[in-house]
Amino acid sequence: MDIALIRELKTLLGPENVLSQKEDLLLYEFDGSVEKGRPEVVVFPHGTEDVSRIVKLAAKHQVPVVGRGAGTGLSGGALARGGGVMIVFARMNRILELDLLNRRAVVQPGVVNLDITRAVEHAGLYFAPDPSSQKSCTIGGNVAENSGGPHTLAYGLTTNHVAALELVLPDGEIVRVGSHHGDAPGYDLCGLFVGSEGTLALVTEITVKLSLKAGSVMTLLAIFDVVGDASRTVVEMTAYGITPVACEMLDGWTLRAVEDFIHAGFPRDSAAVLLIEVEGLREASESQAAAIREICHANDAREVRTARDERERELLWKGRRNAFGALGRLAPSNYVLDGVIPRSKLPEALEQIHAIGKKFGFQIGNIFHAGDGNLHPIVLYDPRDTEQFKRAIAAAREIIRMCISLGGSLTGEHGVGMEKNELMLLVFSDADFDLMRRIHDAFNPDSSLNPGKIFPLSKGCGEIHVRKSGPAAASPS
Amino acid sequence: MTSAISLPIRLEQLVGSDRVVASESAVKAFAIAGRAPMAVLKPRSAEEIAEIVSFAAVEKLALLACGSRSKLELGMPPRHYDLAVDMTALRGIAHYDPGDLTVSVDAGMPLNELAKKLAAQKQFLPLAVPCSATSTAGGAIASGIDSTLRQQYGTARDFLIGAEFVDGTGKQCKSGGRVVKNVTGYDLHKLLVGSLGTLGVISRLNFRTFPLPELCGAHLAVLPTLETALNFHASLLNSGLPFSNLELFDSGFSALLSSHLKTIGEDIPESVRATGWHVFASFEGSEAVLQRITRELQKLADRAQAERSETLDLQHSHFVNEGLREAFDWLRRAAPGLSILRIALPGVKSVDLKQILDLSEPSPLRASFLLRACNVAYLAVLAANDNAQSIAILERGISALFSRVETRNGSAALLDAPPWLKERINVWGRQRPDFPLMQRVKQAFDPQNIFSPGRFVGGI
Ligand SMILES: Cc1cc2nc3c(=O)[nH]c(=O)nc-3n(C[C@H](O)[C@H](O)[C@H](O)COP(=O)(O)OP(=O)(O)OC[C@H]3O[C@@H](n4cnc5c(N)ncnc54)[C@H](O)[C@@H]3O)c2cc1C
Repeated sequence: MDIALIRELKTLLGPENVLSQKEDLLLYEFDGSVEKGRPEVVVFPHGTEDVSRIVKLAAKHQVPVVGRGAGTGLSGGALARGGGVMIVFARMNRILELDLLNRRAVVQPGVVNLDITRAVEHAGLYFAPDPSSQKSCTIGGNVAENSGGPHTLAYGLTTNHVAALELVLPDGEIVRVGSHHGDAPGYDLCGLFVGSEGTLALVTEITVKLSLKAGSVMTLLAIFDVVGDASRTVVEMTAYGITPVACEMLDGWTLRAVEDFIHAGFPRDSAAVLLIEVEGLREASESQAAAIREICHANDAREVRTARDERERELLWKGRRNAFGALGRLAPSNYVLDGVIPRSKLPEALEQIHAIGKKFGFQIGNIFHAGDGNLHPIVLYDPRDTEQFKRAIAAAREIIRMCISLGGSLTGEHGVGMEKNELMLLVFSDADFDLMRRIHDAFNPDSSLNPGKIFPLSKGCGEIHVRKSGPAAASPS
Repeated sequence: MTSAISLPIRLEQLVGSDRVVASESAVKAFAIAGRAPMAVLKPRSAEEIAEIVSFAAVEKLALLACGSRSKLELGMPPRHYDLAVDMTALRGIAHYDPGDLTVSVDAGMPLNELAKKLAAQKQFLPLAVPCSATSTAGGAIASGIDSTLRQQYGTARDFLIGAEFVDGTGKQCKSGGRVVKNVTGYDLHKLLVGSLGTLGVISRLNFRTFPLPELCGAHLAVLPTLETALNFHASLLNSGLPFSNLELFDSGFSALLSSHLKTIGEDIPESVRATGWHVFASFEGSEAVLQRITRELQKLADRAQAERSETLDLQHSHFVNEGLREAFDWLRRAAPGLSILRIALPGVKSVDLKQILDLSEPSPLRASFLLRACNVAYLAVLAANDNAQSIAILERGISALFSRVETRNGSAALLDAPPWLKERINVWGRQRPDFPLMQRVKQAFDPQNIFSPGRFVGGI
């Protein structure tokens, strides 16, 4: 790295906002994924102007830039695949404006997801996207990944809750897209930038839409002795047009790990549980809950419990949210996959995952957003064992291929990043890549922003900046 | 460009003679603001669309895709208009997976035909748009026209899960997929919503469908002033009651709605005819849910001292709902020279609204007001008569309205206006700061600028 650039960055931001020592950089070499990529310098801007100046300096020195929130991403999005400058938004964490009357909050990208809800819940409002990582992930990361959560089933992904964005383009220009009311004439640029994984622009301010908390909430735990019965329950619920706001599944192996760790009340001897939530008017949620119970029993549920109070409800959700962490205790490392299938294919998909696990010699756990067909198989492995790591990657790829062959998709919420950029070839044609590349180049013509992500390296966008010797390929950590 | 004489023949060679129409009478039916294309093409497949677009790109012919042509007048008239691509031959259901609540349809699929197919499985698409008798799926998406179910189900972008289209280079592209949750690649299909055909020719659309509600109900309250009506409206929004539609309108609008219902032969609920500020709420659910909502509505209306508060019977609620959904269509035909503004505001405070809606200066204009879901308002404005002076007044009045909305951080667009007004006022309002980015998007999709040039925001 150019010493001059580091000096200029220190002058711009103050030395306390610049990290360039190798041991400091190590921490930023990873995110939540199995990938790896080290930046050459890490900077902490405090405002939009800082970001713009950093980007201009990097451009002057022809060094790539990557944005980073909390680094909880699971597809390697926040890794410096091309080295260069990493902009960490953690210190841009102020809530700038609350417009409760019109249900809007204007926030900086480093604000932690749950902190938005905490700031507005006194008014009966909340921010709907609820990734399980919501206590630590940032809104900037949510916007980049178009993150979801259990309640996406009813309320959509991040993109459904963003009205406007302030952006810094790769040449340092500051622009605003969308509007406070979220309804301006013209192309839906917010719709384009949300989910673009930091490859088109850096997000420096977000106007989010707030939602009104529902009147009555009921949380059910359906317990099954056979996995297939649980997945068939989900299929039937969907087919009968029953629309819970969340429908999560944990298989027996996973729920036992969770139970050991959290004591959420999942029966250790069951093969699978469904965590189902209904919301709305009491009259509606009660009849929905009754219909759900009926379908569960028709599919041989052993028992359907209803959380008696907020404490029980919170405990069940705590079990769900911390499941990845619980599994993490069972092996040195875990690989959380993210694939989508049409919901009617759930039983088949789970059987295939089991078979793939067997073939590659892994016990694969499943804890996922069953209601919208968003699978999260988890492969436990030991990263020091290179051969095992390779097998884990191979199993993962086979699972994703299976999702595609069932009519599904590569990723439901974790993004493509550098985890699945080569797998994009399974879904998109040359014509699709051409158009996506023209869109990419319209904003990020030199691939100086987050190079080596989303696009297969053979399809342009980033090959210039992904150094041959760099940490491009996934490798055991 | 080749001469007009040989063009139809060359097009016939491209897609077959039965797919090309160039007779004067036939192309006239595709005219926009009096200007007809040289030929109309009626492709049968996405491959044919791709051939047509490739041809147009090479020949630099301006091309406009259309469905039932009910909203061709939206936006500015195109700067060039050589070919119309009539999508109505592409009207199949490509996939329907009722068990997954997803459907994939050709762009020319009429929405009412789709509704019937979905209803057979007790499902529906919450795209309640005007001109419902003829509208196609592609037209509804490209026009971005408001749906009266937005309050509950959101806009098309919230349930459009994927699309296939031909870009400006003549290539068949896709975005999204057929699953309800997906973040693979850029969300290009979202850009198509409301793009008026300026980015591509949409060939197929994938939607998430929804279970048909068990029952529907509606309530209409009449309040004496704008303030009281807005307060009541706000109390409904904050009540947490699930409304599928929530609209507020003035006496001018209710008079027009009454006369519309009368012309289609429907009997009009008394409260619609009453003068005052009307708040209409519709809702869905089981018998018990409807009873509960009705009860709460009555209570809130009493508290707001509504002059009238009426739960509409099934038939009336259906007709009022339909009337509101079709508002754009009957309003534009209500009087020659009438203009419809669509206004989006960050918030609806009565002081602001009063100032925005004050059309008394420079000379009085007649106006009817309809506040729809999510702070979107429609304003139908009519000059006193159609002499030159009135026209000038209308122009000044509407320009002033645009700037009053814009200074309050809102945005306005003319949804419908007579051609002479479009020549004087940019229907899209002031250029917004993100316009240069929109130009980049346009350039990426349509490098030759052949799709509906000039129709969209900022002359795109
Ligand atoms: C235990 C656990 C549970 C999880 N559960 C879920 C879940 O339920 N649903 C879900 O969707 N995800 C989940 N995730 C994944 C992850 O938390 C989300 O993707 C989250 O949105 C990432 O936020 P972050 O702040 O950590 O972003 P990072 O990981 O730091 O970055 C993610 C991407 O965002 C970009 N980025 C960050 N900030 C900006 C900015 N300001 N401008 C432009 N680009 C930016 C980065 O370049 C990168 O591409 C989970 C992760 C973990 C570890």
